[in-house]
Amino acid sequence: MAKRRTIVTDYLARVEGEGAMTVKLDGDEVEHVELRIFEPPRFFEAFLRGRSYLEPPDITARICGICPVAYQTSSVNAIESLCGVEVPEPIRMLRRLLYAGEWIESHALHVYMLHAPDFLGYESAIELARDAPAAVERGLALKRVGNDVMTLVGGREIHPINVRVGGFYRVPTKRELRTLVEPLERAREAALETVRWTAGFDFHERTVECDLVALTEPDAYAIENGRIVSSAGLDLSPAEYEEHFEELHVERSNALQSQLRGGGRYLTGPLARYSLSFDKLSPLARAAAAKAGLGETCRDPFRSIVVRSVELVHACDESLRLIEAYEEPDAPSVPVEPVAGTGYGVSEAPRGLLYHRYRLDAEGTILEAKIVPPTSQNQLAIEDDLRDVVARNTRLDDDTLRGLCEQTIRNYDPCISCATHFLELDVERR
Amino acid sequence: MNGHTVVIGVGNALRGDDAAGVEVVERLNGRVPPGVVVAACDEEPSRLIEAWADADAVVLVDTVASGERAGTLHRFDAGETPIPARTLRSSTHAIGLAETIELARALGKLPARLVVYGIEGAAFESGASLTPAVEDAVGKLVDTILGDLERETCTSAR
Repeated sequence: MAKRRTIVTDYLARVEGEGAMTVKLDGDEVEHVELRIFEPPRFFEAFLRGRSYLEPPDITARICGICPVAYQTSSVNAIESLCGVEVPEPIRMLRRLLYAGEWIESHALHVYMLHAPDFLGYESAIELARDAPAAVERGLALKRVGNDVMTLVGGREIHPINVRVGGFYRVPTKRELRTLVEPLERAREAALETVRWTAGFDFHERTVECDLVALTEPDAYAIENGRIVSSAGLDLSPAEYEEHFEELHVERSNALQSQLRGGGRYLTGPLARYSLSFDKLSPLARAAAAKAGLGETCRDPFRSIVVRSVELVHACDESLRLIEAYEEPDAPSVPVEPVAGTGYGVSEAPRGLLYHRYRLDAEGTILEAKIVPPTSQNQLAIEDDLRDVVARNTRLDDDTLRGLCEQTIRNYDPCISCATHFLELDVERR
Repeated sequence: MNGHTVVIGVGNALRGDDAAGVEVVERLNGRVPPGVVVAACDEEPSRLIEAWADADAVVLVDTVASGERAGTLHRFDAGETPIPARTLRSSTHAIGLAETIELARALGKLPARLVVYGIEGAAFESGASLTPAVEDAVGKLVDTILGDLERETCTSAR
């Protein structure tokens, strides 16, 4: 007689924000897999209506404490493209540097604090810190350098305040940027060590078959802008995004889930970026990837931890290159006059493609805002992967299976909603 | 007053009662004795550990959810023992405040004295303001912390 069981995790530990997972099994049959997401962008879309076209970088930066620069960048890209402004090269480079700082910070957090404990059999980073303090210290030090880049270029690390439509409020001097060189060189060494460390973990062999979608640029590993490219051959401008991707409202959550129009699953994030732009990684990052045993593409979600580590090397390398090449711009920003119409903006948040669309009137008042975060784009692919992982491991006991499910979800670094920070307490009553 | 006390408010100003910790440090700004540093922070671990790196004594203020009435004040001496937080096993976010404290303890980066004040919150909707009971508790806690700082007895109030 087949035994029915339900595996529920009310709050997913070590996932950014709140989330919950339910898996229902009937014997070896997977009946139901569900990832619930509580998501703040819907609130922000409403909050933005009626505001000035200059406000989105400040407002959307508050959606996420981990990737504020991603939100700022996609928003300024959308508005500047509508208003016909292309920012000067030094400003573009500074934006890329700021964004690389966010990648370093976010990837270091995920690799060391959230994901590595899964592979090493620890409940959390705390137990890992007791047994391997040097590794955890290395992760915190890496993160710290990302913070420093964000603070210097962005004005503040949590919700950078220095980004504006048209550029920055203030740009750093060459001398100021040079103070980051030595810390970034150390961070690059730590990143290389991170690749070696994670490459030595034990991996479940997995392959995801869905389309991979990422931004690409002709001469760079796309970070702060680019064209939307897929492994199936799409090559789109940001304005064409919604012609090919659609959002479905899911009853069980506030979130909208994305799919290819017509129903195809797709995945954004490190695996997609790496697989579509391997040849654009810095030589050092490519060499580290090869030594770690990665090919030129990677469709194994468990190995995303190694890919993130390779991206850490690239982000440090790229930051050093940008600082070396930096020339102070004539002005910190260029004027941007409002234009009636719709603007589209994209960028590569640490966890994947982030799409913004804004409709403005001639005075620059926002009539409509649309934000599609990477996690809602990845949600269906995550659920598919989860279903398959469960189907292959039905013989595991509940606790082991739950752990494997949580790890499967963490493979995608979902940013479910890091907008609340209250502490949940179990108070003992007498 | 010693020169190595830091008061850190943790929270998100845009999520209702989650703003309580930030509100407390905003009201403390300019009113604390010389040498006391006041800071708002999210609970991202390396930033928090950095924020108290050189401090002898740290006061952390955060919103808590334990099922008590809104505005209830909790006080924990975290220098010696972990705070009784569910977040250790089932965090609603990346690395919570309680986890960060334990991470710092494991790494030997905990300040000598660490007091955590928690204000029981009720509503955490995006864009909501503080509920009245929490607003009252914020005012009371500001006075309590100022009193603690004046007496230089952050950890021995009980």
